[in-house]
Amino acid sequence: MAILPLRLDRVCYRAGGHDLIADISLDISAGAKTLLLGANGAGKSLLLRLCHGLLGPSSGTVRWRGADADQARRRQTMVFQSPVMLRRSVRANVAYGLKLRGIGRVARAERIDTALSDTGLTALADRPARVLSGGERQRLALARAWALAPEILFLDEPTANLDPGATAAVEAIVEQIHRAGTKIVMATHDLGQARRLADEVLFLDRGRVTERAEAAAFFAGPASDPAAAFLEGRLLW
Amino acid sequence: MADIGTAFGLALKLIVTVEPEFLGIVARSLAISLSAVVIAALIALPLGAVLAVYRFPGRPAAIVLVNALMGLPPVFVGLMVYLMLSRAGPLGFMGMLFTPGAMILAQSVLVAPIVIALAHRILRDLYEEYQEQLCSFGARPADMIWTLLWDGRLSLVTAVMAGFGRASAEVGAVLIVGGNIAHVTRVMTTTIALETSKGNLALALALGIVLVLIAVGVNAGAILLAGLSAPRRK
Amino acid sequence: MVSRGLRTALSIVMALATAHATTAGERFITLASTTSTENSGLFDHILPRFEQDSGIQVRVVAVGTGQAIRLARNGDADVILVHHRESEERLVADGHALARHDVMFNDFLVVGPDRDPAGIAGLADAAAALARIAESSSVFVSRGDDSGTHMAERALWVAVDVTPDAASGDWYREVGAGMGATLNTAAALDAYTLADRGTWLAFANKDALTVLIEGDPALFNRYGVLMVNPARHPHVKASAARAFVDWLLSPPGQAAIASFRIDGQASFFPNPAPAREPPRRQ
Repeated sequence: MAILPLRLDRVCYRAGGHDLIADISLDISAGAKTLLLGANGAGKSLLLRLCHGLLGPSSGTVRWRGADADQARRRQTMVFQSPVMLRRSVRANVAYGLKLRGIGRVARAERIDTALSDTGLTALADRPARVLSGGERQRLALARAWALAPEILFLDEPTANLDPGATAAVEAIVEQIHRAGTKIVMATHDLGQARRLADEVLFLDRGRVTERAEAAAFFAGPASDPAAAFLEGRLLW
Repeated sequence: MADIGTAFGLALKLIVTVEPEFLGIVARSLAISLSAVVIAALIALPLGAVLAVYRFPGRPAAIVLVNALMGLPPVFVGLMVYLMLSRAGPLGFMGMLFTPGAMILAQSVLVAPIVIALAHRILRDLYEEYQEQLCSFGARPADMIWTLLWDGRLSLVTAVMAGFGRASAEVGAVLIVGGNIAHVTRVMTTTIALETSKGNLALALALGIVLVLIAVGVNAGAILLAGLSAPRRK
Repeated sequence: MVSRGLRTALSIVMALATAHATTAGERFITLASTTSTENSGLFDHILPRFEQDSGIQVRVVAVGTGQAIRLARNGDADVILVHHRESEERLVADGHALARHDVMFNDFLVVGPDRDPAGIAGLADAAAALARIAESSSVFVSRGDDSGTHMAERALWVAVDVTPDAASGDWYREVGAGMGATLNTAAALDAYTLADRGTWLAFANKDALTVLIEGDPALFNRYGVLMVNPARHPHVKASAARAFVDWLLSPPGQAAIASFRIDGQASFFPNPAPAREPPRRQ
C-alpha cells in the first residue's frame, strides 16, 4: 500500500527560541523529482529530517497516507551528506537494512548483487566500507537505500563534499532510482545540480517555503524575491 | 636491593624450568580470570549498550552508580560473595565456597561494572555517530544495541581487557572466597601473598614478574586478534 | 564472532564445572587452620601421608584462629585446627563442634631487633618483657587480627596490666595481618613482636630480627583439633572428617607431626600421650 502523498500541515520546528522551520504546509506526491533549494541554513536538512521522521515537529503534523508509522518507516529511506559507514564490508552494509526488514537470505543476496552492480560497487563488495573513498561511500549509501526499494528517497546534499566526477556518478544513480519508480526529494544548495536534476523546485528561505514551481518556470523567472536573489547569486541578508 | 636482582633470576628460572606445580597455578589463574571476564562481558556489554541507547528514568543515576562501582574494593566483594556462598548464607546449599566457581563469581562481580562503564562510554560515542543512520534504516533500539556492540567490537576489546587486568591482578576477593587452597584455588596473586607472608620476597617478586608477563601476553594476543579483523586503513 | 566468543566462554565454564564436579566426586574435606601452621610448612609435610593412607584429600584454608572459628560456626569447614583453647571450648559448648582434642603444641617467642632497645634479652618472664617494651615505648607490632597468637599476646598484656591500645598507632602497631606479614612488618620497622616458633623458623626475611625471649611457660602454644558438628551442619563430611581427626591423634599422625623439621629443628611437638581424651560422640 502506497504511503504517498506525504502531507505536512502547519509544521514548525523551534530550537533555542527561534523558528527554524516556520509554519510549512505542503504535499509531496509520487512522480516528479523534487529539489529542495536554498542557501545554507535555510532549513533544508531540517525539513528533510522532519519529513523522514528523524525529528518530531514542535507543532503541526507530518502524515503519510493511510500507513501506520511502522509501515511508513519501511517504505522510505534517506541518504545523508556524510553517510555513516557501518564497520563491516560493503556487502554487509547493504545487507543491514534488508535484514532489519526481514528479507530472507536468498532474496537478500539477489537484491544486494543488483544494488551493488547498479552503483558500480560489485568489485568492492568485500572491502571494509570504512576504507572507501568519499565518492564510493556515497555510492554505497545509495546502494543501501536502493536495495530497500523505497517508495520515497530523501537525499541531503549527497554531493556536497564530492569532486565533479563523483558528483556525476551520484547524479546518474539518482536518475536511475527515479526512473525505477522511487520518488526523489533532494536538498541542494548547488544551483547547477538543481538545474540538472529538478523536475520541481521547492525554494526554502529562513525556514519558510517561499516558492514551489515547475523547474522550467522557476529557473525562467522565480516569483519570490529570495529565490530571485539566490538565482542571481546575490547574498541574502 | 639484592631481592630484586634475585627475583628477575628466579622469574626467568620459573619460566624456563616449566615446573608442573607452577604451571598449574598459572593455568588456574588464567582459567578463572578468563572465565570471570567472559561471564562479566556477556552481561556487561549489553548493559553498557542499553545505557548508551535507551533513555529511561534513573539512567543518569545508573551511570553514576556504575562508574562508582568501578572502584569496588575487592575485599568488599569477596566478603559479600562469601556471605552469599557460606553454608549459613542464602546460596550455601550450592557448596560453592572455596571452589574455583566462587572465585569466578567474585571476579565477575568485580569486573562487570568496569566493563559496563567503559562499554557505555565507547558505545555512547558510537551511538551519537550512528543514531540518525540507524533510525533511517528503521532500526529499533534492540537492533541498535546489537549493531553498536558489533561495530564497536574493536574498542570493546579494550574495555574487556581492562576487566581482565582487574580480575587477574586482584587478591582480596579470591583469597576470601577461594581460601588459597593448594592445587584447588591457589592462583598467582594468592601465591604471591602467601610467599610474601613466608618472607620469600624474591620468589613473591618473581611470581609478580611472571604475572605481569602473562598480562602483557594476554593483552597482546587480544590486540592482535582484534587487529586481524580490523581494516588496514584508518 | 559473538557466537564464537559465546561458545568459547561456555566451553571454559563447562570445563571448570566438570573439573569441579570430578574433584567433588573424590573425597575431600575442608580444614580451616591458622596462618602460623600453614606458613611453617607443616601441612605440606603431614597431609600427603594422611591422603596416602586414607584417600581423603585435605583442603587447607589458612586464616586466623578467630576467622577459622567463624568458618566453623557458619559450617564452612569440616575440621578446624587452631590455638585458642577458650574459643575452642566455647565453640563446643555452643554445639558447633564436637569434642576438642589437644593435637600438638609449640611455643611463642618474643622476637625483636638484635640491638634490643628495650633491653629484654634474657628475661625469663615474657609478660615482664612486654611491660619493659611499653615503658620504653619501643615499637611493638601486633597481629591485631583476633588470631590465636593475637589472643595469646593480649593475655600477656593483661598479666602485667598494660593497656597497649592507648598507644595504638604510636609504639603499638596493630597490622591486622597473618603471622608472616606481621614478621615482615616487624623486620621493616625494627620492632618487637610475638611469633610462633614454626612460622619463625620457616620465615625467610628475618633481617635484624632475633629471638629475645623463649621458654616462659606462659608462652606455651597449644593446638586443638575440632570436628564441626554434623548434627548442627548436616553437609559436614562426617566420616572423612572423623577419619582425619582420628588419624591426627593416632600414633602415625602424631609421628608425622613429630618428624616435621625446619632447618633441622623440630617446631611442633605431638601431644604428650595419654593426654588424649576419649572422643565424645553425640
